Amino acid sequence: MRKVIFDEKLCKGCELCVTACPKKILALSDRTNAMGYRVAECIDQSKCISCAFCATMCPDCVIEVHKEK
Amino acid sequence: MDKIVFRKPKLLNDTPFHYCPGCTHGIVHRLIAEALENLGEYDNVVGIAPVGCAVFAYNYFRCDMFQAAHGRAPSVATGIKRATPENTVFVYQGDGDLASIGMAEIVHAATRGENITVIFINNGIYGMTGGQMAPTTLQGQKTTTSPAGRDPLEHGNPIKICELLATLTGPAYIARTSVHDVRSVKATRDALEYGFAMQKNKRGFSLIEILSTCPTNFHMTPAQSLAYVKDVGCKAYPLGVYKDIGLQAEEKKA
Repeated sequence: MRKVIFDEKLCKGCELCVTACPKKILALSDRTNAMGYRVAECIDQSKCISCAFCATMCPDCVIEVHKEK
Repeated sequence: MDKIVFRKPKLLNDTPFHYCPGCTHGIVHRLIAEALENLGEYDNVVGIAPVGCAVFAYNYFRCDMFQAAHGRAPSVATGIKRATPENTVFVYQGDGDLASIGMAEIVHAATRGENITVIFINNGIYGMTGGQMAPTTLQGQKTTTSPAGRDPLEHGNPIKICELLATLTGPAYIARTSVHDVRSVKATRDALEYGFAMQKNKRGFSLIEILSTCPTNFHMTPAQSLAYVKDVGCKAYPLGVYKDIGLQAEEKKA
């Protein structure tokens, strides 16, 4: 399942989520959004622990975090 | 089935923030919304936007917002709170707005003990106008108007708002927090919640100073700016609670 969901149109590629992630599974992708920024993405959803550190540090409310019950 | 651990608070609308990449204004906007939601405040909230980068804050909150003249936000908030005391009133100001042109307004609102909550964003630089020296610029910090670094002999010393206001009798809660890492972001949300609870309990003036960044005018990446606030900013502006009279009034002794 997808635990971290990025609303890519809002992302400004500031990389604060990338530095905050304790599992180091976030990175900037090669895609750009309508604002012209490279957007962040999760490269391995299976390693995510749903800690929401990325969403806590995201200044643009890009990230929604889910957790398996 | 899964449960949602984190999503955008309902008090923020869907308008994308206009701030530069990595600007901590976005984090603080979200924390204000989360703190108000945690206290169950949805309908009776009025915010005052400042002059500065956050001048468009009224576009992002799903509550009533005003935009005050430069530095006069605490005075506008005084009027709104006195006319409609059932509303939770918050003031959002930057360091150029509050510590420079708005110094008289904030000091007098604080000493009157107005029942409002002020959120003071201190990033030590004028962001919107292009990175000039602010009253809160650190000693040695390079800006466009202090290109060799701020020199106390030439430019004076930085103003410490929390320490200054904590000497007054009026304020109920004065605290300084930061948003440089996950722990400090959560501490900031707790401080904001406490400040709003102070207002709800009619305890009087509360101010939360939040050490913030301006990656564009610091000429750093967003991550480097946060490291700068952690290593340099937090040393010059020590974090902590400077005044707290408590959420409940002391019971009168018989």
